[in-house]
Amino acid sequence: MAASLHIAGIRKVYGKGDKAVEVLKKIEIDVAPGEFLILVGPSGCGKSTLLNIIAGLEDPTEGELKIGGKNVIGVAPAQRDIAMVFQSYALYPTMSVADNIGFALEMRKVPPEVRKQRIDQVAEMLQIKHLLDRRPAQLSGGQRQRVAMGRALARDPQLFLFDEPLSNLDAKLRVEMRAEIKRLHHLSGITSVYVTHDQIEAMTLGSRIAVMKDGILQQIGTPDEIYRRPANTYVAGFIGSPTMNFIAGEAYFAGAEAAFRFEGGVLQLPCPQAGRITLGQRPEHIHLDAGAPWRGEVILVEPTGADTFVVVKTGVGLITVRTVPSAQVAVGDNVGMSVSGNHNNWFDSQSGLRVG
Amino acid sequence: MNAKNLARLGVYSVLLVAAFFFLAPLYVMLATSFKDAEQIRSGNLLSLPTSMNLESWALAWSTACTGVDCRGLKPYFWNSMAMAVPAVLISTAWGAINGYVLSMWKFRGSDVLFGFILFGVFMPFQVVLLPMSQVLGYLGLSSSVAGLVLVHCLAGMAGTTLFFRNYYTAIPRELVNAARMDGAGFWRIFYRIVIPMSTPILMVTLIWQFTNIWNDFLFGVAFSGADSKPITVGLNNMANTTSSVKNYNVDMAAAIIAGLPTMLVYVLAGQYFVKGLTAGAVKG
Repeated sequence: MAASLHIAGIRKVYGKGDKAVEVLKKIEIDVAPGEFLILVGPSGCGKSTLLNIIAGLEDPTEGELKIGGKNVIGVAPAQRDIAMVFQSYALYPTMSVADNIGFALEMRKVPPEVRKQRIDQVAEMLQIKHLLDRRPAQLSGGQRQRVAMGRALARDPQLFLFDEPLSNLDAKLRVEMRAEIKRLHHLSGITSVYVTHDQIEAMTLGSRIAVMKDGILQQIGTPDEIYRRPANTYVAGFIGSPTMNFIAGEAYFAGAEAAFRFEGGVLQLPCPQAGRITLGQRPEHIHLDAGAPWRGEVILVEPTGADTFVVVKTGVGLITVRTVPSAQVAVGDNVGMSVSGNHNNWFDSQSGLRVG
Repeated sequence: MNAKNLARLGVYSVLLVAAFFFLAPLYVMLATSFKDAEQIRSGNLLSLPTSMNLESWALAWSTACTGVDCRGLKPYFWNSMAMAVPAVLISTAWGAINGYVLSMWKFRGSDVLFGFILFGVFMPFQVVLLPMSQVLGYLGLSSSVAGLVLVHCLAGMAGTTLFFRNYYTAIPRELVNAARMDGAGFWRIFYRIVIPMSTPILMVTLIWQFTNIWNDFLFGVAFSGADSKPITVGLNNMANTTSSVKNYNVDMAAAIIAGLPTMLVYVLAGQYFVKGLTAGAVKG
């Protein structure tokens, strides 16, 4: 059964007096039943603290927390009907895989026959039936990850919490397990909150993403919104790889057509307001254009297979351009660049907030 | 002979010398205990016994005299057992619970408290003899085996707490958090998750505590009464009883009897200790 999650005005302060550190500053998030919410941000942004508060492993300094409409502040973790997948998997090393999966059911006094049935069902779903008698130490990283998921699934909780569950896996397994988590969420439909610092995981898994920094919620929205309309330069720079290019300059309203001037170039673009302003452009929206007046020198060419990224040194700093692998470009070349379509992100040059 | 073999030879010679150094007294004790009075008088300490004389063992166990009391070591041996078994079990369990709380359920001031408990490890026990005897008097436990059990539990608690606390600090906190979310409480987590992971440290603590308590002389001599003397005190009194002839064979047999249980515990629990270490699956 999917439940909603209501987070309102959550603050968390460690320490007292002069040494007090506020790690969460008035966090407000509403998660609809069945949603997959991603909490993403750099280390120390408070995302794990927020997850622990939802789990009940830590208490907030102030604020309101409701799961399925019921207030859970002061309620013990076990009574919140939550299952959590930990970064280190936290499997009980002295128990078999089956006992690991069934432990929570045993604690809830589920009769052994029902428990066994449920363990088998979950093992089937995760394709770990042949591992049920083994100890965690006898499993590979990916298998342990599956068992940890199985342990969470067996409970059929109201809410799933994931604390960077894929960060201990190698790259290939990570992609595999990412797809697996998505599939399981689709199957179970259980509301999930997933903490990560990996923006690819955030983009691929989330139905909504909450970007956090310094204990402040920077933006919350669908992956598409976050990617296409970042609320500030921080979000714009954090999501997307390679990162968004920022061009600081000045907007002029010259006749009917506005112009954006910056050191070493002019772009004919519709600007939202005149004056000092920063333009954000993703690498895929800047093109190498032999005849363009905005020019620079290529200092790095990075082929990734599907795309090639070209780093160009210009008057406003380094600009990354995405291009096709067949592009004829080499280090030292003088290239021109142009901007296409209406993918311009404008930010206030002082506050970094989105304009227009 | 190449350098590698030479190095190996060096290692084995050092080990052999060390083994000889430690085993020689044991050999002398064993050999002497089987000799008869006549052979001992002939004076060759290292010679093999000519007879398998078991009489001295029987004497040491049940009829050797301490003063006018001729019951051998037997009563002292059982006193020691009655003292050591409960004291070892209680102090180990106590240390395990303390360590569990101090590492996984930290509270305000728990580290400071642990610091104070650590003082107990370094405290010379002579300091507590007088106040302790007073406390035992208040409790009505003077000169009793129960009093000795209490003293050993108190004296051993600091060490056992240190062992368990340091071992449990290495167990990831996420494991406890996972169990909490699964619905297990304080005690359930302790005996279902933590204790099964503790075999190595449990064995270390049991061996350590048993050796300390069984071999203790200070508390035994200070706090025991006529009927509650542990075997260390009994052995001392027996060997110091002056009679016309010194029965070295009986003294040696008595000393081996007194030391046998600790050796036995090490041989038996040592196995589990090694097994526990190799089966340890704490690392993820």
